[in-house]
Amino acid sequence: MIVLGIETSCDETGVGIVRRHADGTLELLADEVASSVEEHARFGGVVPEIASRAHLQAMAPTMRRALDTAGLELSTVDAIAVTAGPGLAGALMVGVAAAKAYSTASGKPLYGVNHLAGHVAADTIEHGPLPPRCLALLVSGGHSQLLLVEGLTEKITEIGATIDDAAGEAYDKVARILGLPYPGGPPIDKLAKQGNPRAIAFPRGLTGQRDAPFDFSFSGLKTAVARWVEKHEATGAEIPLADVAASFQEAVADVLTAKAIRAAREHEVDTMVISGGVAANSRLGELARERCAEAGITLRVPRPRLCTDNGAMIAALGAHVVASGAKPSPATLAADTSLPLVYGS
Amino acid sequence: MLVLALDTATPAVTAGVVALDGDAPPELLAERVTVDPRAHTELLTPHVTAALDEAGVRLDQLDAIVCGSGPGPFTGLRVGMVTGAALGQALGIPVHPVSTLDAIAYATPFHTSLLVVTDARRREVYWSVYCDQGWRVAGPHVDKPDVVAAKLADELEPIGVTEVSGPVAQQHAELFGLTVLPTTYPTPVGLVGAAAWPLREGAEPEPLTPLYLRQPDAVEPGARKRVSQA
Ligand SMILES: [Zn+2]
Repeated sequence: MIVLGIETSCDETGVGIVRRHADGTLELLADEVASSVEEHARFGGVVPEIASRAHLQAMAPTMRRALDTAGLELSTVDAIAVTAGPGLAGALMVGVAAAKAYSTASGKPLYGVNHLAGHVAADTIEHGPLPPRCLALLVSGGHSQLLLVEGLTEKITEIGATIDDAAGEAYDKVARILGLPYPGGPPIDKLAKQGNPRAIAFPRGLTGQRDAPFDFSFSGLKTAVARWVEKHEATGAEIPLADVAASFQEAVADVLTAKAIRAAREHEVDTMVISGGVAANSRLGELARERCAEAGITLRVPRPRLCTDNGAMIAALGAHVVASGAKPSPATLAADTSLPLVYGS
Repeated sequence: MLVLALDTATPAVTAGVVALDGDAPPELLAERVTVDPRAHTELLTPHVTAALDEAGVRLDQLDAIVCGSGPGPFTGLRVGMVTGAALGQALGIPVHPVSTLDAIAYATPFHTSLLVVTDARRREVYWSVYCDQGWRVAGPHVDKPDVVAAKLADELEPIGVTEVSGPVAQQHAELFGLTVLPTTYPTPVGLVGAAAWPLREGAEPEPLTPLYLRQPDAVEPGARKRVSQA
C-alpha cells in the first residue's frame, strides 16, 4: 500500500510518500520539503502570514518533486493523508485544501491526521512498528509534549505539555540574547560544545515537589538567562557565551529527560521515542541515551531529517491509519487546530 | 471548452462549471455558491464535485480552470488558489488566475463607468474602476472608503463613474454618491468571462499569485528589552 502525506502546519511545506508492507514496516519512497525558515529569520520567529503565503507557492512544486523522486503518479498511490491539525490555522488550510483537491482529482481516499501523532509515526519509518505501549517526547519550536502511546491508531494520551514556551522557542529567544542567528537550536548546540554545562546553575522549571510532574515551563529559564547576561554586561565583564549556551542547554536537556524518564517509570513503559526538531540536539540525545540506559528503557530517535516537520511522517501515520481499516475523512474535512491525537476519535 | 471556475476571495465560496465556445458569451452549466467566510476549506471541493455532477461533466473532461486571485483579506483566499493549482496540476490542465474584482465587473451590467468594491477589513475596501468598454482603468487598490470617494471626485473624475457593485457597494453607496447595481459576489460566468481572452487564445497562464496588496503584519524585533529592574 502506498500513501502520500502532505504537511503544512508551520513553516515547512512537506510531501512524503511511503509504502507499507504487510508486516507493518514502512519504506520511504520520497520526502520533499520546502522551508520558509529564512523568510522568518529577521522576525525571530515564524510569521503565520508569511508561512501561509510560502505554502501556497511551494505546494505544487513540492508535490511534483515528491512524485518524481518516487517515480510515481498521483493515480498510482492508494491514499492521501494530510495534517489537519494542530498548527497555524492559515497554514494548515493551504495543505488541507490542496490535499482535498489532489484527492478529488485522483479519486484517492483522503485522511486528515494529527501532526503530533505524525511526529511519533516518523520513527516507524526508521525503526519499524512501535511496541504496544511507549512514551513519546515531542520537542520542537512549536511543541513540547509527553505522550503515552498505546497504539498510534488506537490510544494516545497527552500526559504533559509546556505551560508557556515550547523548548525550541526558548532556544530561539536565548539565541537572540546571545546574538546568535534564528533558528537558535543549531548555533546554541554548536557553541555549547565549547562551554561548561555546569558553569551556571540555571533554573529547572516545574521541578518542585508540588509542580505538575510531566508539564514543562521554559519561560522562566529564558528570563534567567537574560538576567544573568544583563548582570554580567553591567559589570563590564566579557560574557562567557559558550558557558551560557552550555548551561542553558543542560537545563533544557535535564528537565526534558528527567520528566520523560519519570513518566516512563510511572506509566511502566520500556520504550521511549524522542521526535521533533529539538530531538536533533546533541546534548538532549546524549543525556537521553545515558538516562534511558540506566533506567533500562529502549530509546528510539528518528534521524534528524525525520524529526523536523515533513510529509513523510504524515504519510507514515496515514499508512497506519489506512491499515487499521479507518474510514476516509468526509468531503467537508477542514483544518482543525484542536484535532484529536487519534484519527477518528 | 469546459471551464471550472473557483473563487474564495470574498465571504462567498464559489464553484461552477461554464462552457466557453467560439465567440459566444460564457454559459453557466451549474454552480454552487455559499456565503460563509469560515467555510472555504470545508465547502470548496464539495461544491466543485456537486457542480460537476449537476452539469454532467467529469473532471477529466475539463479543459481549463479559472481561479479568482483576490484581492481578499481572508486566509480563505488561498483555499481557492491552492485548490485550483492542485486540480490543474493533477488534471494536467491550465489554471488562469483572474482578479476577483474583474470577475464582479464582468458580471455587472453597467452603463457608464463602474466602481467595484469588496471588503478588505480594517475599515478598508479593495477597489477597481472599469470604463464603459469594460476595461479596468484603475486598481486594484486597498484604501479607506473616504479616500476612494475623494479619488472619484478628483483624479478619477474624468472617467465619470456613476455606478458601483460588489459585496460592500450598498454600505458605501451614499459616501460614494453612486447608483448601486445588484451584482455582489463573483460568479462562475464572471470569472470565466474575465479570463475569456487567455482561455480562447490558449495563452500561457499568469503565475498563480494572489493579489495580496498588503504586506504581512510582522515587525522586526528591535533592541533586546531588559528584563532586570534598573
Ligand atoms: Zn511539528
